[in-house]
Amino acid sequence: MSKQIWAYVDHFKGDPLMPSWEAIGAARMLAEKMGGEVAAVVLGSGVDGVVQQAFHYGADKVIVADDATLADYRAEPYTETLAKAAADQAPAVILFPTTTRGRELAAMAGAALDAGVIADIIEMDVVDGKIVTTRPVYAGKLLAKAVAEGEPQIITLRVRAFPKLEPDTSRSGEVVTIEAALPEDAIATKVVEYATTQGGVSLTEAAIIVSGGRGVSNNPNLTPPPDITDDNEIEIWRGKQGFKLIGELAETLGAAVGASRAAVDAGYIPYEHQVGQTGKVVSPDLYIACGISGAIQHQAGMRNSKIIVAINTDPEAPIFKLARYGVVGDLWEIVPALNQAFKKKLGK
Amino acid sequence: MKIVVFVKVTPDTAATVKVDDAGNVTWGDAPLVLNPWDEYAVEAALQTKEAHGGSVTVVSMGDEQALEAIRRALAMGCNDAILINDPALAEDDSLSTAKVLAAAVNKIGDVDMVFFGRQAIDGDTGLTPPQTARLLGWPYIGLVAAFRELDADAKTFVVERTIEEGRQVLASKLPAVVSVAKDYGEPRYPSFMGIRKAARAKVPTWTLADLGLEAPAVKVRLTELMNPPKREVECEFIEGDSPEEIAEKLADKILAEKVL
Repeated sequence: MSKQIWAYVDHFKGDPLMPSWEAIGAARMLAEKMGGEVAAVVLGSGVDGVVQQAFHYGADKVIVADDATLADYRAEPYTETLAKAAADQAPAVILFPTTTRGRELAAMAGAALDAGVIADIIEMDVVDGKIVTTRPVYAGKLLAKAVAEGEPQIITLRVRAFPKLEPDTSRSGEVVTIEAALPEDAIATKVVEYATTQGGVSLTEAAIIVSGGRGVSNNPNLTPPPDITDDNEIEIWRGKQGFKLIGELAETLGAAVGASRAAVDAGYIPYEHQVGQTGKVVSPDLYIACGISGAIQHQAGMRNSKIIVAINTDPEAPIFKLARYGVVGDLWEIVPALNQAFKKKLGK
Repeated sequence: MKIVVFVKVTPDTAATVKVDDAGNVTWGDAPLVLNPWDEYAVEAALQTKEAHGGSVTVVSMGDEQALEAIRRALAMGCNDAILINDPALAEDDSLSTAKVLAAAVNKIGDVDMVFFGRQAIDGDTGLTPPQTARLLGWPYIGLVAAFRELDADAKTFVVERTIEEGRQVLASKLPAVVSVAKDYGEPRYPSFMGIRKAARAKVPTWTLADLGLEAPAVKVRLTELMNPPKREVECEFIEGDSPEEIAEKLADKILAEKVL
């Protein structure tokens, strides 16, 4: 049997996350370098659509467990089903997208199989049949090369670090059906519900991010409503007005909204928008930083963005050292004008 | 409730971390601190103890420097501490660490809940918490943002966890392992009394022999550490007589980059 290179397909209720296709793309690249066939692994319930898409994005084969116990992701049944399949079929490599579920499942499958796991890599190469990976450590302040001994080599791929293939709807292949490993009564964890499902563009997957910092609250021309009297509440209100502005530009560009830790800690915007060492690490094609000075811990989260644009009143702000384009000015003047300019030029 | 919280010592987030000419990782005179993500785990462990009774034991694997993290957690309110320190653990990976931590949980005995931060800001893998759970054979719930219910007698709990799509609400059984996300809420500052007590606390050290373990095999090896390539970029400042003129020029520059 030829060497098996597996790519795990992460999905939410049958809706695949784009980084799954990056994992299949990376598996194809490995197959070219080390030989072997690419198998996508799909666990879930009613996932025929996901299986078809896995072929379109480059899988030679799809290993699928379709079972009611796998309807929602839970660590226990997913881990045991995947680990059993890997123990039976002995893949040389298992790639995962570094999504919340992908990272967790890779870790637990590694523990179940007593195999090394390398998380969140940005590059890989094959040297003497071994995969040599590069991954950021200290939030990208350093890079480390890491190699896993033994098989399977379990690796999770940083989102947006590896290209996906163009989908080819004529592709298909062999479907290998496997059983779910645990009966429902052997699974301690139950899904109660999903609360607050998130709208908008996800930060880590976003190609464009417009981000705001503490500076978004500095508009002296705004008058807070009379019922807000507390100084702290007034500042939060001002910050929220600033993020409305950021949000409008983001909407025009189809971008996600990011924020600095200072803006999050000040209560202007919820934590899920935080970019930086203790927030999300992002690498979009375009990152527009508005009123962000560029503290080292923020830089750690966004320094790998392709094009960085900075708008700040302080010409000495460290963010300008990373930026391709800079505007020394008031974001309250520049951001609305930029929004209008893009609306006109993009025909919106 | 018998609660364990695992912590790690890391350089401060404001540190400039570099590889020096000798190939060693340095961060100048930046302080070593309790891993920022672990502060949320300590907070969640303490709140769980406060609501349901019991004790919180803070445990760290590392050399003497790890005491910095342990003392911070003690100052926040943990009841006691254990340092796992053995020269054979100088080289590790996430799985070898998880094997040691799982053995520590078993040696402590009768533990109901284990708390972790989501990841350490130095290695940034986030693998050790779920691996420890799998080795213990306990349920694992990662990135917990809120506890909805916990019944220490019935040994059941309900939590919300953060996923890409929002919040997943899960019910599970004790004993269990959880990792805690930042949206759990702000960690407390240590009190003056807490700091004094922590400074005086005697922290017992466990070796691999105490855990009845041989040094677990390390399967992931770091072959090289590098400074990232310098960002070769010269900032072009866009100027103009009005915000509209600046915006117009900037939009054209961005469009010419073909990133939209």
